Amino acid sequence: MNARDNSMFGAASNQVADESFSLPRRRFFKKSGALAVAFSLAPSLLNAQAARPALPGSLNNFRKLDSWLAINADGTVAFFSGKVELGQGITTALTQIVADELDIDMARIRFVSGDTDRTPDEGVTAGSLSIQQSGTALRFAAAEVRALLLAAAAQKLGAPAESLQVADGTVSSASGGKATYWELSGSVPLGREATPGVKPKTAAQHKVVGKSVPRRDIPAKVTGGEAYVQDMRLPGMVFGRVVRPPSLTAKLQSVDEAAARAMPGVVAVIRDGSFLAVAAEREEQAIAARYALSQSAKWDVPAALPPMGPALFAHMKTQRSTDSVVGKKDNPQAAATAVKTLKAEYTRPFQSHGSIGPSCAVAQWKDGKVTIWTHSQGVFQLRGDLVKVLKVPAANINCIHKEGSGCYGHNGADDVGLDAALVARATNGRPVKLQWMREDEFGWEPYGSAMVMNMSAGLDANGKIVDYTHELWSHTHSTRPYDPDGSNLLAGWHLATPVPMGPAKNIPQPSGGSDRNAVPYYTFPQQKVINHMLMDMPIRVSALRTLGAYANLFAAESFMDELAEAAGADPVEFRLRHLTDPRARAVLEKVAADANWKTGDKHRGVSFSRYKNIGCYVAAIVDIEIDRASGKLSVPRIAMVGDVGLIVNPDGIINQLEGGAIQSTSWTLGEQVSYDNRQILTKSWSDYPVLTYAEVPKVKTTLINRPSDPSLGVGEGSQGPVVAAIANAFARSSGKRLRDLPLAPARVKALLA
Amino acid sequence: MAVTLNVNGASRTSPAAPDTPLLYILRNDLNLNAAKYGCGFGQCGACTVMIDGTATRSCITPASQVGAKAVTTLEGLGTIARPHALQKAFIDEQAAQCGYCVAGAMMTAKALLDKNAKPNEKEIRGALSGNLCRCGTHNRIVRAIQRASGQEVTA
Repeated sequence: MNARDNSMFGAASNQVADESFSLPRRRFFKKSGALAVAFSLAPSLLNAQAARPALPGSLNNFRKLDSWLAINADGTVAFFSGKVELGQGITTALTQIVADELDIDMARIRFVSGDTDRTPDEGVTAGSLSIQQSGTALRFAAAEVRALLLAAAAQKLGAPAESLQVADGTVSSASGGKATYWELSGSVPLGREATPGVKPKTAAQHKVVGKSVPRRDIPAKVTGGEAYVQDMRLPGMVFGRVVRPPSLTAKLQSVDEAAARAMPGVVAVIRDGSFLAVAAEREEQAIAARYALSQSAKWDVPAALPPMGPALFAHMKTQRSTDSVVGKKDNPQAAATAVKTLKAEYTRPFQSHGSIGPSCAVAQWKDGKVTIWTHSQGVFQLRGDLVKVLKVPAANINCIHKEGSGCYGHNGADDVGLDAALVARATNGRPVKLQWMREDEFGWEPYGSAMVMNMSAGLDANGKIVDYTHELWSHTHSTRPYDPDGSNLLAGWHLATPVPMGPAKNIPQPSGGSDRNAVPYYTFPQQKVINHMLMDMPIRVSALRTLGAYANLFAAESFMDELAEAAGADPVEFRLRHLTDPRARAVLEKVAADANWKTGDKHRGVSFSRYKNIGCYVAAIVDIEIDRASGKLSVPRIAMVGDVGLIVNPDGIINQLEGGAIQSTSWTLGEQVSYDNRQILTKSWSDYPVLTYAEVPKVKTTLINRPSDPSLGVGEGSQGPVVAAIANAFARSSGKRLRDLPLAPARVKALLA
Repeated sequence: MAVTLNVNGASRTSPAAPDTPLLYILRNDLNLNAAKYGCGFGQCGACTVMIDGTATRSCITPASQVGAKAVTTLEGLGTIARPHALQKAFIDEQAAQCGYCVAGAMMTAKALLDKNAKPNEKEIRGALSGNLCRCGTHNRIVRAIQRASGQEVTA
């Protein structure tokens, strides 16, 4: 992956950050007790240094071996990754990679991840890219470190390196000589640049890669160990809470600060513009003071929100937008052979990440420097925006990743880091743990954008698609921190001297943002995708797992079934008719065979996508049941087949794909954020029901291993196929098609009445 | 003011006011991590503990209502070194993604298994209806509970 991919998603910002980071930033690199000064170079700058040979994965941006690995004299090995654990199992998978390349036991491996003082900046942990970027860097760095250690051992043991054996870090020669990595490490300095052309192990040589190694984080999580930032306790720590405005543009008119200050345990009340917060000795005291402030606060709340319901989508088409055409192929001759034309409009409402644990951070100021423990997906990007809002240099801000609740994209994790830092400025050096309340999370996390997709296509006399258009209207899908033209941290927008956000930006193709997976993976002679990205953001939006792909694939893969029906074709065969990539064909053919797909099957639907058109391949077949009396749909079973290239941890991949399928089923069957013309109305789980244990589908996931192909991320592979397979199953079962998400009971009942 | 509670078999005292929700006493005074703040309304189940054997939402249970009743948190079952059968089953089934909801789900399961040693799959899913999971780990969690109760894994 190149630097552009590294910038994916939020970091994102790399693509546009050239100006603000055109000079190397000096910083301290502290690890394993050693202290060294290093220069952190923005990837864009590294790209400019064309003379340097390309290195694999994130190694290309952070080229020194000691940026990635340390062999310690105490018999442990540490790796440093900019990618962080989000409950997706990445730290376990990276450990497997390092263990195999170095020939050491996993138990020896420690890791440091997402620490602005200690790890490489690998951008945001997002886009299903950690294995490709960090995993690749670690694989090659570890392979080279192993070779260096073997060379040192060869010298010491007086035997050729090729003749040496390694078992758990102990190098042995044929004559019985032994040397350990821990003894040799002193003579093998790793402060050197990685070299191109290193050959990592082949799949056949892997011992733990490819195995379902148990996750390293689970034992603490099931025994009440300290596992999350929410569990942190520091000496003298106080508890913070924020009182958010009723809406993005609301202004604080008055509030009784004195009454809150007089409440038991209150340490500080912070009011800066429309930012209002409190700190107290005890958590319940902070919550009580927050409630008191919220009751006495008077706000000016403009009627600034768009219409809800069907009117939203007509409204979106009238809004200011940046328009682009992507994936265009012209073949007027072929297009002219169309004998049948179809058009359809599909919609998706605003949807919530709905993390079970509201966002939380711990912050502490000392001598003008602040340390923030955060479950941000991008600690460097968070720091980048904190510099702008806190007005302190980056060198005085250390952001350290600590796990939080599952995020599924950009939730309140970064914002609460700033909240905690602002509150901790008023507590005389005492650390502050600040957690959002449930209504803060539902009301203020950036949602997955509402979208409207207009599809049209022409079929020729042979039932092949000869002309295809996917036109979409959407807000941006990335307002992550580190925007070069502003700051994307919530509290900064509400300060008396605000630090506003910059103009909306789209993530460019081939990954795409709002247009992710809008470009067909099928082969059509003529096609175009028209992307209208709305420039204004009356409702806060950002990256929700898959970005635009979930809605685009709902539309595109529903439309494929509509076209198949118009062509009188079986939906599996119709898709194969237009698919040339053998790996794509293989997952579809295998899922059809495994699930015993038959053309006449009524109560099931099928769908396929290759995530981002460059990621993993997933095909799904979904069974559906319709309760006509209530309109309630249920999905008892999902069968999926995935091709993720080289498999690192099969069970981890299945867990991710199954989790994605269940989450997508929940989004699809009932989820939408509600609001009126002034404010968000979704405040609690009763306003935003998600699927329960009794309602979730059983999922059977089968993987096709491709050991000689690069590993592809999986976290977002199943959501798109599942939504469309559900919609297709409903259409086949009922004979009527739903083109508006969610496929909720009222809508189903009305359609079937 | 102070409250005295019986937590995981030991008498524990907190300086909290008696109307303080049990959750904050467990987390902040007794340094017990397992029960989590999720919603504050008893809607998500992340804060679930057992009180006299009944799965209870600690976020909406004032300490004054607990009195001398026995409070059991996930920490009261076992440790990493000596896990309870339920904890071992969750590890064996790798029944977590982010894991934030898991402690609550496990306490709901413990209360269920104490009353019904061999619940069928439907009974397990029904018992967990008030515990929300957002990562989509539901089926693994059901499997772990089946395994812990020595039953065939069907979920």
